[in-house]
Amino acid sequence: MKYLLDFTLTDIHPTGAGDAMLRLTPVDPVRGGNALRQVSAGQFVNIHVPQSHSTFLRRPISICDVCTDTLTLTLFVKDAGAATHTLCNANSGEQFNILLPLGNGFSFDSSIKSPLLVAGGVGIAPMLFLAKQMKKAGITPTMLLGAVSADRLILTEKLSELGEVNIATNDGSAGERGLVTEHSALQRQWDSIYCCGPLPMMKAVAGEALKKEISCQVSLENVMACGLGACLCCVEDTRHGNVCVCKEGPVFNIKELKWQTM
Amino acid sequence: MADNVNLACNLGRGLTIANPVMSASGTFGYGTEFADIVDLNRLGAIIVKGTTLSPREGNPYPRMAETPSGMLNAVGLQNKGVDFFVENIYPQIKDYDTPIIVNVSGSSPEDYAEVCRRLSSLPKVVAVEINISCPNVKQGGMAFGTTCHGAELITSTARAAWNRHLIVKLSPNVTDITEIACAAEASGADSLSLVNTFLGMAIDVEKRRPVLSTITGGLSGPCIRPIAVRMVWQVAKAVKIPVIGLGGIMNGRDALEFIMAGASAIEIGTANFVYPDVTTRVIDEITDWCSRHSVTSLSEIRGII
Repeated sequence: MKYLLDFTLTDIHPTGAGDAMLRLTPVDPVRGGNALRQVSAGQFVNIHVPQSHSTFLRRPISICDVCTDTLTLTLFVKDAGAATHTLCNANSGEQFNILLPLGNGFSFDSSIKSPLLVAGGVGIAPMLFLAKQMKKAGITPTMLLGAVSADRLILTEKLSELGEVNIATNDGSAGERGLVTEHSALQRQWDSIYCCGPLPMMKAVAGEALKKEISCQVSLENVMACGLGACLCCVEDTRHGNVCVCKEGPVFNIKELKWQTM
Repeated sequence: MADNVNLACNLGRGLTIANPVMSASGTFGYGTEFADIVDLNRLGAIIVKGTTLSPREGNPYPRMAETPSGMLNAVGLQNKGVDFFVENIYPQIKDYDTPIIVNVSGSSPEDYAEVCRRLSSLPKVVAVEINISCPNVKQGGMAFGTTCHGAELITSTARAAWNRHLIVKLSPNVTDITEIACAAEASGADSLSLVNTFLGMAIDVEKRRPVLSTITGGLSGPCIRPIAVRMVWQVAKAVKIPVIGLGGIMNGRDALEFIMAGASAIEIGTANFVYPDVTTRVIDEITDWCSRHSVTSLSEIRGII
């Protein structure tokens, strides 16, 4: 069941470089509660942002965290253009119309014992809810997070409460210097990999996973409009033909994809 | 509030709709995608995704570019073919209390005719909308809709294969849309829908490349509305059959513009992506406007300009 609901921004925290962590609560607590209780890790919302000269469509944003007790939806927004800039500079009390929950999230079962969550930049956001869901299922995840520099890393404290956090930064200001794909943690033994980040990073991680025959899921962010599987704009060429990332994804098992580099 | 407002429209040859608001093809899937958000039973009709004889994979990604007050798309008629629709989609949507209209495309006249014949077994498909205006396919599509001869050929071929209501969807990418409209009318169309998207293009200046994989695509959204209103006004004056208006309708006020320009009914397209509940909201806003202006039937305002 999908919901189209108004949410009130309850607080907003800048996280560096203009990006922001937004916490929102549904105006209608009953329907909002129903919507939030359905969210699984890796799903996303399509949020309406007041229009500017250059923007028209909603913005798909991955769900960072959900608290069904306090009815809180947490979104991490990267300031990447006019619409996301508006979101990152919104004020508490402002309302936003949100379509949720959308897409298929990450899937895991209790048989996994050593999952590695690999994420870069804004891709770290959905890993918080995934790590929480794993912890709840009795699984301890390990994180491998990448960013340009230490000040661009997000959620490291919260994630370290849920499992070991490994860090790679391009400039070496935190963790190992270099890309996540060069980090020593990637070479340890894992039985599954969950990945979200820039496309080259995901392709490199997927290549490693295939080589070592480890199950691997990646979260894509193809440009989309409706978020409901109607406009057919966000298609990914898969082994089953062109499928909508918004409806069949955004999370795919890499075996479904036809990435050239793999 | 508005019990005395009657929004029903009879578009002729069996196409009677409870209100003038229909979903535009390609923007509403098969309706089911919006079923959690919209009460599909309230719509005048559901016009489903463009359907072709054989399955089509559509164009490569990227297929969409956001533009000021609109978007470009180059989907290229991705669909699983008419037989998939008949066997798998129709059973899911036939029990809604809403007429179903199938948008039909093809790369040859015979394609259109065969799709129509295969849809004939489905009683809830009260009409087909013949798409001679898709700008995103190499063969067929808009090529048929930009000459009077092409429009006549496809309309008359589809007419021979389909005895229910036949809508012909017109391209705005022509010098004089009234000529094409008259050609379709003379060839057996029961009504005309206009406009499809405008051929457009966007360039990513950082990458120095077109945004769309196909270079050009179809422009839709409120940015095209004034041109669409003008074309509906021109065509409504030029033909005797009903005209269905579309192009950037975002709310009830926009819909009323088309009706005053001469449209008997309207379709809502790109707005579904921004406001997924827009279709039923437009019905409410038209009803509310009629109430406030003591209008009991849309015939009182249709084509008053």
